[in-house]
Amino acid sequence: MSSLVLAHTRVQFIEQLRVPIGLVAGAFFPAAAFLAFVVPNVSDPAFALGATCAMVVFAVMSTGMIGLGINVAQDRELPWDPYLRTLPAGPYPRIAGRVLTAMAISLLAMIPVVVLAALFTGATLSPPRLLFGLLAVLVITIPFMLIGLFIGFLLPAKAAIGVSQILFFPIAILGGLLGNPMAMPAFIEAVSPYMPSRGALELLWWAVMGIEVNWLAIGMLGVWTVVLALATAWAYRRDEGRRFS
Amino acid sequence: MTVLTRTIEVTRTYGDVTALDGVSLEIHQGELVGLLGPNGAGKSTLINLLVGLRRPTSGTVELLGGSPMDASVRRGIGVTPQETGLPTSLKVGETLDFVARHYPVNRKDEVVERFGLADLIKRQIGSLSGGQRRRVGVALAFVGDPKIVFLDEPTTGLDVEARRALWDGIRAFHADGGTVLLTSHYLEEIEALAQRVVVVGGGRVLADDTVQAVKRFVGVRKVSLAAPELPDLPGVIDTERRDGRYHLVTGDSDALVVALVKSGLPFEDLEVQPTSLEEAFLAITATEASHV
Repeated sequence: MSSLVLAHTRVQFIEQLRVPIGLVAGAFFPAAAFLAFVVPNVSDPAFALGATCAMVVFAVMSTGMIGLGINVAQDRELPWDPYLRTLPAGPYPRIAGRVLTAMAISLLAMIPVVVLAALFTGATLSPPRLLFGLLAVLVITIPFMLIGLFIGFLLPAKAAIGVSQILFFPIAILGGLLGNPMAMPAFIEAVSPYMPSRGALELLWWAVMGIEVNWLAIGMLGVWTVVLALATAWAYRRDEGRRFS
Repeated sequence: MTVLTRTIEVTRTYGDVTALDGVSLEIHQGELVGLLGPNGAGKSTLINLLVGLRRPTSGTVELLGGSPMDASVRRGIGVTPQETGLPTSLKVGETLDFVARHYPVNRKDEVVERFGLADLIKRQIGSLSGGQRRRVGVALAFVGDPKIVFLDEPTTGLDVEARRALWDGIRAFHADGGTVLLTSHYLEEIEALAQRVVVVGGGRVLADDTVQAVKRFVGVRKVSLAAPELPDLPGVIDTERRDGRYHLVTGDSDALVVALVKSGLPFEDLEVQPTSLEEAFLAITATEASHV
């Protein structure tokens, strides 16, 4: 079983690297935003680290929601998908492969931001904090991958491209990822604890910086994750029922 | 003979459409069976049921003594993805390895040789021609050392040479004792490969016989003539009257014309045309339906 998960992950990862549009898109925007808005305005290393975390969440969101969502929707439309169903494996190695691949792509997509932060902002991180941060990144990929899977199982590819992007920016903005996450407008301040993007950022701050964080937002991230897991399971079964019953 | 797969009174509907209607079929070890029928006849639905992609609405599907829905049962089968189905950014070798990983036995080297893929192993699938992709797709069905392979339209869109090369690969597998069920709408392809032919139309099995017998069955012609009335004629499968002309479908146009002349009734403007396979099926399906 685990060797099949490995085989599926390998193949999907190769596909992503050979046509790296998703990876480049996921890495480019956070890096560009970081260069444009964060690097010129760095006042102190702690602020720089906080802003870096926000851009990492941005990269994770983009990979999970947009990248995975579009991928799954497109794959469902190709004859390769039903073909894989005829192999003696069942659907789980493929889904596990998708999740592991999206995690790996998320880690790759955040590298430019982390490198820029290290070079230009004076932000520093001890090795244990870095490790802790990487673990937190893996955890926060989960809710956003679930959004991507949900969109991908529910919608045709063309709709998935639009819907994932339409959802992406409000979630990012209302979570306070754009602009200064530590001094937000009042409206966003009020709404953001209920957004999964905010919970992800607070969790990452807690892991990386060890600062006092908003536990309501982190709790809401847990709630989001459970709700999204149920919604994704429903969308998956619905898709299976339509195509394979 | 061991039965490798069978359907018992299988019916499958999609909403209001009945794709298969009470189909019972057995495929034995070592057979090379052609499944012949026009588009929409139910061929693909039947294959989808046999490989576990779909469930029957009623009836039973049995594969290798179990259910095709059971992944471990599917270790004994091989399937070909549809024509455009391969992931373009993977290399040929990677794709073969990936599929082989699902099976207990890996026949990659044999398959590479049998289907002439040695030069393509390091190429990305996106860079291959349509014929080369088709070869890779068919090869995938054999890579896991299957007992039975299901080939749905394996050579559609290929030129003659590529088609023959694929046929050779399929024959070699059969010669080693492998069992094959292949669909096609080319009579020629079925003739070249199969011993037994199952003709489906309108979701039902219309004929299940040797290639020779079925060839006679589908080798029908259209005879059309202008006449005020027709005598009793032998071997007429279907009669239609349109704009003062009779259009007859028959399995033996020679005997029909002889009988027509002997009857002494007046007629003019006689035409005898070969029918396409499609037309032949429509005619046969129509008569079948009128007998029900």
